[in-house]
Amino acid sequence: MDLTLKIWRQANVDEDGKIVNYSISDVSPDMSFLEMMDMHNEQLINKGEDPVAFDHDCREGICGMCSMFINGEAHGPDRLVTTCQLHMRKFKDGDTIVIEPFRANAFPVIKDLAVDRSAFDRIQQAGGFISVNTSGNTQDANAIPIEKHDADKAFDAATCIGCGACVASCKNASAMLFVSAKVSQYSLLPQGKVEATDRVLNMVKQMDEEGFGNCTNTGACEVECPKGISLENVARMNSEYLYASLKG
Amino acid sequence: MKLNKVKIRYRKNSNGTTSIRLNYFGGYSYENGIKKALRLIRTLPDHLITNPNTEKDKLKNIHLKEQALIIASDWEKNLLLKKNESSFKKNNFFSNLNSKIPDGPLADKWTNHKSKINLVSPANKRSIDIIVVGTGLAGASASATLAELGYNVKTFCFQDSPRRAHSIAAQGGINAAKNYQGDGDSTYRLFYDTIKGGDYRSREANVYRLAEVSTNIIDQCVAQGVPFARDYGGLLDNRSFGGVLVSRTFYAKGQTGQQLLLGAYSAMNRQIARGKIKMYNRHEMMDLVLVNGKARGIIARNLVNGEIERHSAHAVVIASGGYGNVFFLSTNAMGSNVSASWKIHKRGAHFCNPCYTQIHPTCIPVSGEHQSKLTLMSESLRNDGRIWVPKKLEDVKAIKSGELKPTDLNENDRDYYLERRYPAFGNLVPRDVASRAAKERCDAGFGVNKTGEAVYLDFAAAITRYGKEQALVKGQDENDPILVKKLGQEVVRAKYGNLFQMYEKIVDQNPYETPMMIYPAVHYTMGGVWVDYNLMTSIPGCYAIGEANFSDHGANRLGASALMQGLADGYFVLPYTIGDYLSDDIRTGPISTDTPEFESAEKEVKNRIDSLINNKGKNSVDFYHKKLGKIMWDKCGMSRNTKGLKEAMIEIKKLREDFYKNVSVPGSSSEFNEQLAKAGRVADFLELGELFAKDALERTESCGGHFREESQTPEGEALRDDKNFSFSSAWEYNGEPSKAKLHKEQLKFEAIEVKTRSYK
Repeated sequence: MDLTLKIWRQANVDEDGKIVNYSISDVSPDMSFLEMMDMHNEQLINKGEDPVAFDHDCREGICGMCSMFINGEAHGPDRLVTTCQLHMRKFKDGDTIVIEPFRANAFPVIKDLAVDRSAFDRIQQAGGFISVNTSGNTQDANAIPIEKHDADKAFDAATCIGCGACVASCKNASAMLFVSAKVSQYSLLPQGKVEATDRVLNMVKQMDEEGFGNCTNTGACEVECPKGISLENVARMNSEYLYASLKG
Repeated sequence: MKLNKVKIRYRKNSNGTTSIRLNYFGGYSYENGIKKALRLIRTLPDHLITNPNTEKDKLKNIHLKEQALIIASDWEKNLLLKKNESSFKKNNFFSNLNSKIPDGPLADKWTNHKSKINLVSPANKRSIDIIVVGTGLAGASASATLAELGYNVKTFCFQDSPRRAHSIAAQGGINAAKNYQGDGDSTYRLFYDTIKGGDYRSREANVYRLAEVSTNIIDQCVAQGVPFARDYGGLLDNRSFGGVLVSRTFYAKGQTGQQLLLGAYSAMNRQIARGKIKMYNRHEMMDLVLVNGKARGIIARNLVNGEIERHSAHAVVIASGGYGNVFFLSTNAMGSNVSASWKIHKRGAHFCNPCYTQIHPTCIPVSGEHQSKLTLMSESLRNDGRIWVPKKLEDVKAIKSGELKPTDLNENDRDYYLERRYPAFGNLVPRDVASRAAKERCDAGFGVNKTGEAVYLDFAAAITRYGKEQALVKGQDENDPILVKKLGQEVVRAKYGNLFQMYEKIVDQNPYETPMMIYPAVHYTMGGVWVDYNLMTSIPGCYAIGEANFSDHGANRLGASALMQGLADGYFVLPYTIGDYLSDDIRTGPISTDTPEFESAEKEVKNRIDSLINNKGKNSVDFYHKKLGKIMWDKCGMSRNTKGLKEAMIEIKKLREDFYKNVSVPGSSSEFNEQLAKAGRVADFLELGELFAKDALERTESCGGHFREESQTPEGEALRDDKNFSFSSAWEYNGEPSKAKLHKEQLKFEAIEVKTRSYK
């Protein structure tokens, strides 16, 4: 396949960026999108040009590091995959592909397609944990049975990989889906219920301070989420938040 | 004057001084300390040589010293003449590596040790700093626990968040001897399975401790909110993994590593919020700093702006994972590297058993030249999947040309080779055995994809079995094949849904309808930094935990044991043992970074970076990484032989020299520069690879993941040589990988009978 790539190039956070056009040929449909980017970078290096910076690590869709906005969609046209699992067979010979970073005020660009998502870490630090010491002197793991239905729901929420596709897809750059996934995971488990009130208040406060927008229930985040995190979690967080606010 | 009479030993004492001893060893030659010998011996006070008690001893010392002077000047002359140092015979005695295994019966060692080791009071912990490098299961759990105990922790990771470390990608599960299934599991059985699975090449006391603390891990993780799979009664569910006859593996679908890591990450977050952990994301450790022989800090590079930073601490913990990426293609993350381990190796930490590499049997086969990494399909799939190739070569041909579909082949024409060769364990033989069996079939021409390197993993039988069961439960017709298939697929989807989806995305085939294709790939490295029972390396104050160390898995790791070891080391072992060392440091006070040691380490790092950036050669970093990977896979892969290994050593050395001459790293050192970061990592792989081949060459037996073609039974099974190789090979850095010096740690088994490993 021969393709035209329109890639966002930006030297660092302080400089203005722009779209630069490249062409690439002999792309195999079996390649992953990032392997195509590798090939492109190899060609740039051999020409003595600066390769395109992008984040990536595990390349099996679980670490959440890759973060490209491809043809107007976070992680590209395929559903339920991250960019590293997107394969070139989803494109046709002669296609033009526009590749941008995940855009949000809370995600400043580091270089080209790599952005700083440390805001997510700070939200987790505000309350995304259960305050139990790691000494191993806890009770037996089977001491509290947990209804399978709840355990499964908690698991589904916990599969969030923290990639930020929800934020990049949202017209308000809201992080509600991300935050609600963590809030839901813990609020569904007996171990997490103990400090549920403080958790939701603190995490939402931090989320607002980081400059993420509000949720207007458009649902783009759910569509683009590579792990299929459900909007139901946002509803659960809203109810947790309301309850916590009333409880004071 | 012959050069083979006197042995000179340099030795670093725990108080930071260095002493030098001369021993008389007729018949052995010795090449250590070649450069410093003359200078040191000339300035050597007699009493440092040995400990003379009598007049006779003193005279003997003087005599020895005179002799040593002559020998040393000879050595120096040889050096000047650049004579080939290979004329030195290799040193061949059991080194007195002190593994510090506590006395007493195996089952009591850890408990006794814990109650006897020195502690640091809570007040004193506040004035002690610890650096942790890496945030996988081991690094994250250690950081959280050390901070919780009161130490000031500084944690480093090269990713943009600690949650992205590659433990996140572990799929299948975590072992623990809970015996919730009541199927006869116990601490001893987990210990036994791990030792046997490791082909009797692991350290007994460490493995027993691992089995002992395994149950705590599950309790801990559940308390942290890790959503393990549960049954309808609300209790924890288990599955079975290779190499064992019980169900002791706890899991969270195919994302167990993710859930455990997020648990450890959340424990870290709690401590980051308290200010007890200072987190350095997008930072890479560039070197270890030693002050008076002790690990006292690191030089790190901020990957965003390229700044070089000095960080000091009272102890340094390396939790940077394994080195599978030396093969270029592996199931490791793209950024996984050996650099932290290799840098401490070059500063004095022994590197142990580098040749023990796990080649995982169930990975998605290579599709072409462009491939950047391989994807694992969890071993848990072997619970329900059956592995086979066609019996007849003409069927293989027909399948390859597309004339025949695998589903068209009837049962009699299929060779379920694992069930045939290993009836007791069948498809659940350990990973090394399954991998070699796949290679054997493919080498014989039965590989089923276009490259001839793939076998089938078939779920049709499981789908039918589960479907019938569900039909019965629901009171529906169990003889309706369409219904049975539908119900069966639902069960399989619930168990392995995410793995099937991943397979379909990559290969573009539906594994519910047609068998998966799989082939072995590099996955895990059992070898690593040598550590004692306290997990301290041979550098005082420098620790290695998780996959980065060598001790628990011997020559082969069992499935679902890596997660167990990472968390055991981080949550339950290191936090105790590190106190023993740090109790000497309560009066030390803050370590200054404004010292000549930090100065010179920083300078070295800067020079290395500058030379890479300014090289302006003609080949990219990946060009070298791919070449190295090919040498490793062809000559140090699933089966190895003398000729190939010797060639590998020479080729890797040549490649390394070419790298330094011709590598091209674009951009500058003061910006976000991924190529530069990668160049540094590949440079270290180019050294490690050579040591890897050397280690494999020395070990002429077959054991676990290390298969030497010269050492096999007539049926082609691996043949261990306990008489000559029941030891761990700890390599001391000696200027160049090929000149590394071997220290042997003899393996003693007290609670277990060493047997031939059989899964038949």
